[in-house]
Amino acid sequence: MKRIYDLIIIGAGPAGITAAVYAARKKIDTLVVTKDIGGQAALSGDIQNYTGYQFISGPELAEKFEEHMRKFNFDIRENEEVTKLAAKQNNFLVKTDKNSYRAKTVIVASGKKSRELGISGEKEFKNKGLVYCATCDAPLFSEDDVAVIGGGNSALDATLQLMKIANYVYIINRSNSLRGDEIMQEKIKESKKVSILNNSQVIEILGDNFVNAIKIKKDKKVETLAVQGIFVEIGLIPNSNFAVDLNKTKSGEIKVNNKNETNIPGIFAAGDVTDVFEKQIIIAAGEGAKATLSVFRYLSSRK
Amino acid sequence: MNKKVKVYGLPTCPVCRRTKKYLEDEGIDYEYLDVSANHDFAKEMIVKSGQKTVPVVEIGGEIIIGFDKAKIEELLKR
Ligand SMILES: Cc1cc2nc3c(=O)[nH]c(=O)nc-3n(C[C@H](O)[C@H](O)[C@H](O)COP(=O)(O)OP(=O)(O)OC[C@H]3O[C@@H](n4cnc5c(N)ncnc54)[C@H](O)[C@@H]3O)c2cc1C
Repeated sequence: MKRIYDLIIIGAGPAGITAAVYAARKKIDTLVVTKDIGGQAALSGDIQNYTGYQFISGPELAEKFEEHMRKFNFDIRENEEVTKLAAKQNNFLVKTDKNSYRAKTVIVASGKKSRELGISGEKEFKNKGLVYCATCDAPLFSEDDVAVIGGGNSALDATLQLMKIANYVYIINRSNSLRGDEIMQEKIKESKKVSILNNSQVIEILGDNFVNAIKIKKDKKVETLAVQGIFVEIGLIPNSNFAVDLNKTKSGEIKVNNKNETNIPGIFAAGDVTDVFEKQIIIAAGEGAKATLSVFRYLSSRK
Repeated sequence: MNKKVKVYGLPTCPVCRRTKKYLEDEGIDYEYLDVSANHDFAKEMIVKSGQKTVPVVEIGGEIIIGFDKAKIEELLKR
């Protein structure tokens, strides 16, 4: 017989890690399964709104979270991706790309990831000039002409970083004006190194070994733009595909109530992957704590 | 058995920091190449790894893209 954990936590971002710390303190027999440790928090540059730290970088905060989690002795499986979550007899089956596990309860804390363009050339040129994390990789594109896809805050943020580094920056924006903060827009409009292409849509990525151009459609006309780098900043989508039986919003966020319960008793969810109001580190962490306390009550009531 | 470990990274890259911190915590000596400081490092990294993201870890001639603890341990043991 396969071991049956009391709790499996999917994801180790702020929500999953906090859930794990609470689970350890409640002595719940727990397994954490995750692709990485830190989640999106490890990707942010500067964090100035996590209480107790007036200023801390994303990786540093993620390290502190990880240290706290590793202080306790429970199983953590890193570099595993959950592909399926299903009810099986009286417990739940969590399948990953490497193993499968069972538990009496599950907390889904799998957060969000960058939305992809869904166009030809995207898979082929991922990491070969096509980038989803400007904070991470921007300086590799010094001396290059680059395109930023998107018109919101994250696109503007990427542009501000790239203006200092790249040779020239094109913003490819689908709507008729930028949406991000005015202050950022002003700085960008002042720069002689940036062109804003509104009403424009990227339709194909071209290259040989690496990206060398994009095809864009503007007012029904198609043109090709020579660029060596493409930064995709068109928003985030929840990592909730593996949870097929859970009720979700139109955008794929898992619906939870204020006890972090989903529509399936025994499955809980926390953080950015849910429809919780606002997505922030401190909120995700708080939601993770709540989810474990709910699990604790659920398990106690069934003993 | 002392394999040479190289880390190609950027000062801005969070995952590079994590990689370096891990190696330091494990007491593994490594050479750090900041690809933004030297264009040749960047070219070298792109040729060796066939792609354009950081970090890239090289252990005894083999390449790991990104931070992968299990892979690092495996290559060091080999
Ligand atoms: C660039 C950037 C800057 C930000 N800056 C700030 C800021 O300054 N302040 C702030 O409060 N918030 C900030 N945020 C938002 C904040 O990072 C998120 O709200 C928070 O990280 C959400 O935590 P989470 O645990 O719910 O999800 P995530 O952080 O997304 O973590 C999800 C975890 O689940 C794992 N996972 C995903 N899918 C699977 C799967 N199928 N199987 C197994 N594991 C999986 C991931 O590897 C990860 O460990 C920023 C976000 C970004 C991207």
